Amino acid sequence: MENFTPVTALAGGALIGLSAAVLYLGLGRVAGISGILGGLFAKGPERGFRLCFILGLIGGAAALYWGYQQPPAVVTQVSWPWLIIAGLLVGYGTRLGSGCTSGHGVCGLARGSFRSLIATGTFFAIALITVYMMRHVLGWGG
Amino acid sequence: MRTLITATVSGILFGAGLALSGMMNPAKVIGFLDLFGDWDPSLAFVMAGAMIVAMIGYRIGRHRSQPAFDSTFHLPTRTAIDRPLILGAVLFGLGWGIAGLCPGPAIAALVTGSTDILIFTAAMILGIVGFRVIGPH
Repeated sequence: MENFTPVTALAGGALIGLSAAVLYLGLGRVAGISGILGGLFAKGPERGFRLCFILGLIGGAAALYWGYQQPPAVVTQVSWPWLIIAGLLVGYGTRLGSGCTSGHGVCGLARGSFRSLIATGTFFAIALITVYMMRHVLGWGG
Repeated sequence: MRTLITATVSGILFGAGLALSGMMNPAKVIGFLDLFGDWDPSLAFVMAGAMIVAMIGYRIGRHRSQPAFDSTFHLPTRTAIDRPLILGAVLFGLGWGIAGLCPGPAIAALVTGSTDILIFTAAMILGIVGFRVIGPH
């Protein structure tokens, strides 16, 4: 477990939770990234707050990432065709299932939604099995 | 205006949290999902930290009749455990496992300038738009 970073993980998580609390207490909205992104590509009166949230997210990430003297590693594990397949699956799947790691995982579980619990359990289980198959059965990567 | 400022502040906190936690790095996410490799529990700590703080926020919200800058709370109303929920979660889990990227980190990691991230995120947005066109409504 030499890559384990409990302090920054907890602190970063707390910031994400604070973001969810601000969006809920301020605008009454759930901080689900796939939902906010989905609404951004739909016609409607609520695109303004969604666009601001996404731009803020990029700005916040940029400020921290480029603020490090040595920007932390961002390493992808698979080739372009697999990145495209994975991207399509994540985009379509999160819309079909009405949420992702933030909407179902963080916000849904925090507000005690059973639907989000089932969704989160399902996508974590499938992701664990997928990584197991790729790494230890097919022998790809790592 | 207050709506847009609140959304921007919330977005900044989210992006900073992703960058600080290391979750922008697909290798670190895979490090959590790979239980039988060199396991890295960090992602569970990110989820726990986020949930505890979010839960406090939702608790405070219970004592309010409306949010600060809107006339009503907009919480999801569906409760059914139905086919789209499960099938969507399965497809998402597959994609997440293959690439180690979910929507928040994919958008945040665009700031690294990585072509791989750009390709994934473009495909992800195509999937989101594709759902609007060919998905069930």
